[in-house]
Amino acid sequence: MSDLMKVSSNPHIRSKVTTANIMLAVVIALLPATGFGIYNFGLGALVLILVTVAATVLTELVYEIAMHKKITIGDFSAVVTGLLLALNLPPAAPWWIGVIGGIFAILVVKMLFGGLGQNFMNPALGARCFLLISYTSIMCNFDCDTYSGATPLASLKAGESVNILDMVIGKTGGTIGETSMIAIVIGACFLILLGVIDLKVPGSYIVTFVIFLILFGGHGFDPAFISAHLAGGGLMLGAFFMATDYVTRPVTKMGQYVYGILLGILTGIFRIYGPSAEGVSYAIILGNLLVPLIEKVTMPRMFGKGGERA
Amino acid sequence: MARLTFSGGIHPYDGKDLSKDKPIKEVFPKGDLVYPLSQHIGAPAQPIVKKGDHVLTGQKIAEAGGFVSAPIYATVSGTVKAIEPRRVVTGDNVMSIVIENDGLYEEVEWPAVKPFEELTREEKIDMIREAGIVGMGGAGFPTAVKLSPKEPDKIEYVIVNCAECEPYLTSDYRKMLEEPEYLIGGLKVSLSLFENARGILAVEDNKPECITRLRHLTKNETRITVKALKTKYPQGAERQLIYATTGRAINSSMLPADAGCVVNNVDTVIAIYHAVMEGKPLMHRIVTVTGDAIAQPQNFKVRIGTNYHELVEEAGGFKEQPEKIISGGPMMGFGIFDLDVPATKTSSALLCLTRDDVAAMEPSACINCGKCVEVCPGRVVPRKLADYAEHYDEEAFVKNNGMECCECGCCSFICPAKRPLTQVIKSMRKIQLAKKKK
Repeated sequence: MSDLMKVSSNPHIRSKVTTANIMLAVVIALLPATGFGIYNFGLGALVLILVTVAATVLTELVYEIAMHKKITIGDFSAVVTGLLLALNLPPAAPWWIGVIGGIFAILVVKMLFGGLGQNFMNPALGARCFLLISYTSIMCNFDCDTYSGATPLASLKAGESVNILDMVIGKTGGTIGETSMIAIVIGACFLILLGVIDLKVPGSYIVTFVIFLILFGGHGFDPAFISAHLAGGGLMLGAFFMATDYVTRPVTKMGQYVYGILLGILTGIFRIYGPSAEGVSYAIILGNLLVPLIEKVTMPRMFGKGGERA
Repeated sequence: MARLTFSGGIHPYDGKDLSKDKPIKEVFPKGDLVYPLSQHIGAPAQPIVKKGDHVLTGQKIAEAGGFVSAPIYATVSGTVKAIEPRRVVTGDNVMSIVIENDGLYEEVEWPAVKPFEELTREEKIDMIREAGIVGMGGAGFPTAVKLSPKEPDKIEYVIVNCAECEPYLTSDYRKMLEEPEYLIGGLKVSLSLFENARGILAVEDNKPECITRLRHLTKNETRITVKALKTKYPQGAERQLIYATTGRAINSSMLPADAGCVVNNVDTVIAIYHAVMEGKPLMHRIVTVTGDAIAQPQNFKVRIGTNYHELVEEAGGFKEQPEKIISGGPMMGFGIFDLDVPATKTSSALLCLTRDDVAAMEPSACINCGKCVEVCPGRVVPRKLADYAEHYDEEAFVKNNGMECCECGCCSFICPAKRPLTQVIKSMRKIQLAKKKK
């Protein structure tokens, strides 16, 4: 045996889970919500989704070619960003909104800060907020072929009554992917079963938000009001798919609870006291900015500090 | 009984089925035997033979080089051929005694041993020291030193590490099944050194046969309990094992004795038995020769100093061309570039794989998934430590508990971006440890 073996430092084995596997799992988990969005809002929604995803993937590709960097579109992270952004757009938005949003998400929020893993803000949400500010009339117009008038959450804020069953199933107006609580939760369960996400962030987020509603919502403990808030708007999509974004949530266990609680409080403040009925996007973006601080104060205690006994 | 465990850890493919049902088989080496003078932590041993000397099996060929050191014994009879640097598994060249085997296995006349009851504590520890016993789980810390803590009265637990959490390894498993009397005997000897201590045999629950067997054999032993641990890597890491069995947590700056514990590996405890009850030095160890490239994976009783080539031959050679050969387990073993190295006191396995997982995977950007934090048994943040290490930020590395890393490899294993986390942290730790010594 003259051939020399390969050597490397331990460990010599690796788990089979890769970044691409994880991102692909997220895409699959978003399919129920995507499918329902298309069913609910028609083929226009499908076109918008495809255009947005194409925009994010192509932006990443072009940027990496132009900058002579390694091509990383194979890790599916741009697909996840594009899909999430599209699910956060109103169904009647023109196609170029998806393109502008997609370019902003990848180019400004992700690539300019160093690419995957380096962005300090969720790219899809960053782009959504950019669009909300820049094209307010388009982004806040939820009229489409199927529905017209205010979203359930806006009606709720105006003091009108809403049909909670429709909201849970998703047969209401809103952005493409946010309306169906059931579809989103099915996808989330898939991710939880695969171990891609866990309940630390979404759980503490939703629980805190509910407590905030009971205390400050003005309705006390009113199950109808609480369920309408849970099923309405972007809360479910935000809690399970945006707040759990690896890159922009704290990496420490304790930090994840703190982050979830913070998001719950912020969402409550924005929804109850803010001028708009919505608040999830801004809450998560603000939370993203606080992540470095949260991580700093929640570093785990090392094993065996002070020789603790159980 | 509740399953005992710690937080963190991973569940890799364990590969133990390849060799777990193969009884231990003794290997008689044909070629030269090589005895590196550093097979343990501490000062190298000093040779007491010279080129041309004739030696017998069981004859001492090197004396301990200090308090933290261990003597070395010939494991065959033959002639000292050379005392020269030879390559060992880590890739270093280490001064070694080379003995040409005459194939006769003539033994020394074993000295008579005093009956166990008449031995004092000091005499027993001296016998263990003289036998050249070191921690055979991999670290190679001289056992006599471990058994002489400052305050022996404060030792409350003597733990035998029967976890064998490394994938593929089955040597401890076979020993527990085939020689449980010696194992329990060795534990009793250890317990006789610490009058306030209780003995714990800590076995992972993927070895139910061993647990049943050991429980049966110890049912009348009031000082010994068998504990079934949850099967998880690194259950057999010293700090995790102490925590799982006693609930006491120690950090890198503490010794097990600080938590009232002494931990020894299965092979070590059996060697203690032979040293004290029979006066025999450490000459053999069990090596699992396994992996998908090996024709007949086996557990061998190997004379220390035997060349790895002979072990592979004994196991039927390669059925496929191996791509990677590891001395030890896949999580903490050493990758070796060829087989021309000797088995030492700490060689637990020879693992030959047809595929190199590490080379096949390209590291990509960290996505901050937090899996390394979840699995880290030392409760540090490997992602950040690796970052500090890569940027050579020594201060931040130490401040964020970088020295608490036990190099178990869980973070590198789990990382979806396939980043070499353990590897960079390990390099930085080495630099820091070297600085401390200065």
